[in-house]
Amino acid sequence: MLAVGTKKGLFLGWSSDRDSWEWEGPHHSMAAVAAVAIDTRRSPARLMAGGRNEHWGPAVFTSDDRGRTWAEEPGGSISFPADADADVEQIWQLQPGPESRPDEVWAGVEPSALFRSEDGGRTFALVRSLWDHPHRPDWQPGAGGQCLHTVLPHPSDPARVMVAMSTGGVYVTEDAGASWNPSNRGVGAPFLPEAEVEYGQCVHKVVRDSEDPDLLMLQNHGGVFRSEDGGKSWQEAQEGLPAIFGFGLTRTPGPDGAFFLFPLSADMNRFPVGGRAGVYRSVDGGRAWSDSSTGLPESGFHTIVLRDALATDAADPAGVYLGTRSGEVWGSSDGGTRWNQLVSHLPDVLCVRAALLP
Amino acid sequence: MTVRVTLELPSVLADVAGGRRTLAVEMDRPDPTVGDLLDLVAGVHPHLVRRLRTESGQLRRHVNVYADGADVRGANGTATVLGQDAVVLVLPSVAGG
Repeated sequence: MLAVGTKKGLFLGWSSDRDSWEWEGPHHSMAAVAAVAIDTRRSPARLMAGGRNEHWGPAVFTSDDRGRTWAEEPGGSISFPADADADVEQIWQLQPGPESRPDEVWAGVEPSALFRSEDGGRTFALVRSLWDHPHRPDWQPGAGGQCLHTVLPHPSDPARVMVAMSTGGVYVTEDAGASWNPSNRGVGAPFLPEAEVEYGQCVHKVVRDSEDPDLLMLQNHGGVFRSEDGGKSWQEAQEGLPAIFGFGLTRTPGPDGAFFLFPLSADMNRFPVGGRAGVYRSVDGGRAWSDSSTGLPESGFHTIVLRDALATDAADPAGVYLGTRSGEVWGSSDGGTRWNQLVSHLPDVLCVRAALLP
Repeated sequence: MTVRVTLELPSVLADVAGGRRTLAVEMDRPDPTVGDLLDLVAGVHPHLVRRLRTESGQLRRHVNVYADGADVRGANGTATVLGQDAVVLVLPSVAGG
């Protein structure tokens, strides 16, 4: 199953062989679905979509019957408490928690804030410790708004959670949210005059390795970085890349998995390098990258892949999927070796998630 | 004193208002406001009111509300007082792409 969040609704793709796909939608028509999750920890799997209608505001929708029917909490799933003096503008991330906590779901929103659900994503509560962080007044909006767009729960230690925001950078809790500390050492902020800053980076996406939870990959606003110590320090990981700007980043699961990036030319030139749809793969934890674009357009490709529009499934070999702002979805059913177009003419693709369902 | 108000909705919101585009509301308080009206309606149609105002009580940016033909943003916003037999009209503004 593929869940494709677009600027005007959610589209669902179904396939038994990952080559031939049938599409349905739009669900939640006219809502910009920037966050989608397929929670396979429960049976049946729960679909979650975070949408924002230009008129009617944000909402979280859940479905336990593969999108046939959707539920929406009457008072809204995600709201700031009255004393926060803030309103949720958009839901940027819906992230199921670890396997050991099947009812835990995290949400990242704009303005930058983290919410946690204990009922499988139906209702969420603000994580006050991060909202009250003394750094928060310094977090500034990027071009897409001031958003917390990445939540990475630790797979085996529920007390450890990493978040990333634009701008603000990476923050980590190791005490179940009692405290949050910036975790950006080595990550640059080329839009600031200082050579090094503790926080304030415009981190675009962070992905955790499926086998080693301390190995992380980070697409920054200028620069790709890797960490081997759970984010305590970061090192450049750019060998083999044609450019170091970009948004989309993912990793296929399993010991033979790989990280995937979709580089763009530069901050001031946000196009694929040379008009070519270039996906880059690293099989060694980001030490080196190589082109993995066979089947993708070699020229005339002037659209981009947004931060959550690069995704994988858990099949063997893994599927890799990318969605574009020009409404195309491309997929590879052989771990990124060869790509095929799965659908076109959708609205701008904002996010993609894939899952194997029984 | 009971103040009777009619709330008129765009068709696109009928599915979160019990399938209706017009709601007749009676408010048992003096000088009820647009905010009071929304509070009362929220008790019956919470999905509807969630679409009209934010969690902090602000009218959503692209939602226009007219009380007897006057844009409440040009009056006192959600504190605009409604008179007997007032008609409150909700219209989506021009937005999107």
